[in-house]
Amino acid sequence: MREQPYEIVIGLEVHVQLRTRTKLFCRCSTEFGQPANTQTCPVCTGQPGSLPVMNRDAFQLSMKTALALHCQIPEFTRWDRKQYYYPDLPKGYQISQYDLPMSCDGWLEICDSQGVFDPKRVGIIRAHLEEDAGKSMHDETSGRADSRIDLNRTGTPLLEIVSQPDLRSAAEARAYLDELKLLLQYLDVSDCNMQEGSLRVDANVNLHLDEPGGVIATPIVEIKNLNSFRAVERALEYESQRQYEVWLEKGVKKGDIPKQTRGWDDQLEVTRAQRHKEESSDYRYFPDPDLVPVVVTPDEVERVRATVGELPAALRLRLQEEYDVSEYDANVIVNQGRDFVGYFVEVADASGDARRTSNWIQQEILRRLNELQMSIRQFPVTAAALAGLVKAIASGELDSSRGRDVFGRMFEHGESAAEAMQSLGIVSVDAGSLRSLCEGLLAENPRVVAEVKEGKQKAVGALIGQAKRLNPNVNPSEVREICLELIAQQ
Amino acid sequence: MNLLAASATDLVRLLESGDVSSVDLTRVFLERIKSCDTAVHAFASVTQEAALAQARELDELRAGGKPVGKLAGVPVAVKDVLCTKGQLTTCGSRMLASYAPPYDATVITRLRAAGAVLLGKTNMDEFAMGSSTETSFHGPTENPWDRQRTPGGSSGGAAAAVAASMASLSVGSDTGGSIRQPAAFCGVVGLKPTYGRVSRYGLVAFASSLDQVGPLASTAEDVALLLEVIAGHDERDSTSADLPVPSYGELLSEPLQGLRIGIVESHFAEGLDGEIEESVRRAVAIYEQLGATVHPVELPHSRYAIATYYIIASCEASGNLARYDGAHYGHRTDEGRMLEELAEERRLLVESGDADGAEQLDGPLVRMYRRTRAEGFGDEVKRRIMLGTYALSAGYYDAYYLKALKVRRRIRDDFDAAFQQVDVIAGPVTPTPAFPLGERTDDPLSMYLGDLYTVSANLAGIPALSLPCGLTASGLPIALQLQAPPFEEARLLRAAHQFQGETDWHTRRPSLVEES
Repeated sequence: MREQPYEIVIGLEVHVQLRTRTKLFCRCSTEFGQPANTQTCPVCTGQPGSLPVMNRDAFQLSMKTALALHCQIPEFTRWDRKQYYYPDLPKGYQISQYDLPMSCDGWLEICDSQGVFDPKRVGIIRAHLEEDAGKSMHDETSGRADSRIDLNRTGTPLLEIVSQPDLRSAAEARAYLDELKLLLQYLDVSDCNMQEGSLRVDANVNLHLDEPGGVIATPIVEIKNLNSFRAVERALEYESQRQYEVWLEKGVKKGDIPKQTRGWDDQLEVTRAQRHKEESSDYRYFPDPDLVPVVVTPDEVERVRATVGELPAALRLRLQEEYDVSEYDANVIVNQGRDFVGYFVEVADASGDARRTSNWIQQEILRRLNELQMSIRQFPVTAAALAGLVKAIASGELDSSRGRDVFGRMFEHGESAAEAMQSLGIVSVDAGSLRSLCEGLLAENPRVVAEVKEGKQKAVGALIGQAKRLNPNVNPSEVREICLELIAQQ
Repeated sequence: MNLLAASATDLVRLLESGDVSSVDLTRVFLERIKSCDTAVHAFASVTQEAALAQARELDELRAGGKPVGKLAGVPVAVKDVLCTKGQLTTCGSRMLASYAPPYDATVITRLRAAGAVLLGKTNMDEFAMGSSTETSFHGPTENPWDRQRTPGGSSGGAAAAVAASMASLSVGSDTGGSIRQPAAFCGVVGLKPTYGRVSRYGLVAFASSLDQVGPLASTAEDVALLLEVIAGHDERDSTSADLPVPSYGELLSEPLQGLRIGIVESHFAEGLDGEIEESVRRAVAIYEQLGATVHPVELPHSRYAIATYYIIASCEASGNLARYDGAHYGHRTDEGRMLEELAEERRLLVESGDADGAEQLDGPLVRMYRRTRAEGFGDEVKRRIMLGTYALSAGYYDAYYLKALKVRRRIRDDFDAAFQQVDVIAGPVTPTPAFPLGERTDDPLSMYLGDLYTVSANLAGIPALSLPCGLTASGLPIALQLQAPPFEEARLLRAAHQFQGETDWHTRRPSLVEES
């Protein structure tokens, strides 16, 4: 990595829409993509007199996530009103959690199997639950344009996960996001779709500079409008360089100016200051008197903990220990998701050859899944079928290149390994006929025999090609072995 | 029989026996409203057609031998703070002058299910902020006993409607005394139930942790009847109590022998009107005759109640009223004019060379919010929004809001301690009888101080009842307040009912009635 004259300090705030059927404080559906304002009721449109009632499912999904992030779950948590005016916020406040969040003090481990950075635990300051706002659709550049508001999304449960400023590079930030998203997918608490807004990221970043007088920090900047993980990486790279240049030019330190908010421009690949008015808010948080505090019993925590299941970090270790796959391979398999791991484990167990399974899965299956944009659940070759193929190769019944032909047939026709071999006319050649085939070849190729006798063992390769032409089902290594044996006996 | 003077309990019997039809009874009350309300102005809107349609339906049900509810055919007026589907719910505010909610409040749903005939919506102080019904956008309500005086507030319309026999029962809301004080000024019974006893779903919020819906009527028996209908758990209100609703009516006659009544001597200190003190002490003496014993109790933190109340209520109000911004419903400023004005201001600034000033001008959205709220809210509402916004601001929160919450806890503890010694606490409802219209409109503090005896019950969340117990020499009603531990409404109603068995204050009507 390029040596930089500074250290980047990054903390991430991730908003995750939880996969609940209904909203956080009313019973409207959370389904995405419905006609505007059709999934609303007096509560989520903030009608006078309406009252929120907490959706316990949403709370339990949050707890499941928080537990997977090794967070503490306080026994007592409450709801606060975050007050600000915006047309997509019909009550004039967002119901959120301020000083008593539903979880705090956790961590998420990130690693890089290519060694770009060392494995590390990224601290989680807190994860709290809140309601989403609606969507405004308008042209911000023209003052006169009409704005349209869609309140379908208003009140959808959002879990805000706030990391410690423990990340030290854009690559680490990316790894954190990838790992967090994977975790959320394993937990099945969110569909994590950034396009639909079910996963949103804001980044807080500044630099630590080693100056003669000690370490100096540049002012913290919050970057918003990050629409993909790639954008997060680029924005962080851009912003750290920008802060360094501003430091060189102006020497402004953290504390000299208030925290700034900048928006990422994905087209121009720059961050731009947002208007000062939009950032200097006093949200006047106070406890929402319409909601009762949530009391969480140790029993409930344990019940939810029992639903968490085996998570990516533990699975990676298990694949390495129980299946003897490399760290890199374990990563690749685990990162494909829980179903994919299940497929691997089934094939490896049934075939008894985990390493070969790992290779087949990574080379043939992943390639096809990516090409076809298909999930492992939809894949036409079942785990049992693939296990049959792996077994056939492991036993020497098939060589790898014939194996790929068989696999192709299985993929296209949904056949088992045996069926595909039969369809392709692959039958194993018995020892007697193989021996007589080799004897015939030696008789027809005295020059090859002579060369081998002179010590050029490689020359026998010419016979293998001829053998395959005579009978495509012969195993090349067997042909080679028998021919050499016969020559040695002459 | 004079149907207007009959109690709701009597009306139920008359309707059941078929002596009067729901339609006829409804007509009698609608006529009464027509003849009286131009003067009293207790109603913000009268839903004549809907009321008659409801009455007809009930008559048909009865004729067909179908079951009807507990209040079937009884004419009820509802404070304009409870949402009624498709019918105006204005909260006495220009902001909601044309607002018709898309849903019924739970209390309204329960009233309809019980067969109550809803006559209309009663006038109130704007967003229930006030103690005289003078801050209403619809103009003030007059006290039926003396039309130069206020009926109290904020449920002034609800109290005046019952006092003037324009409704047999009415439903109000009480955040700091808004049922009890107008009930006292108008000579009717008013009950603020325990916080959580009645659902707040559909009650337009003023201060969520203090607001409570409650009944007003001429007799304790009628209040019990109405409370039985509107009380109970509601899954749409997380703060509503999941406790069974007693049969209040059946418990009214249990003897008072041995009832321990607490008296707070400091309630009778300077500032209390002499005639009120006399009537209240006489009322307590009547309880002694009924077998009760009297004990002094102390509520040492009550003297902070007004300050505590106005901080907490205003803080919550500042949040609750943020939704009225013109974006989704209710009043919105004239946008065309607003944009023209903005362009004009910008032009003037640019021409005068003040480019910075032009840059600093609010955008159209912020200006829309500002103008909408400036036009839609009256002075009292703005005053409280500002108080609350200030108290919740960074740097002030701990000194005001947090401190107030701590004092509130102490006030509640005082009541808990007092109720270890006594069963109810008796005292005045108000320091003065009904005051003249306009007397305090320019002096908000004197208006606030009138809530001295009532706000503690809201801060503590306990039930409290206002009961007519006398008239001043000039003929204005005087009331006794009874307070009880949480969910002891039955105790209050029993005490009130038996007091009414010994006295006739509840049968007195303002001359307005006698004339007709």
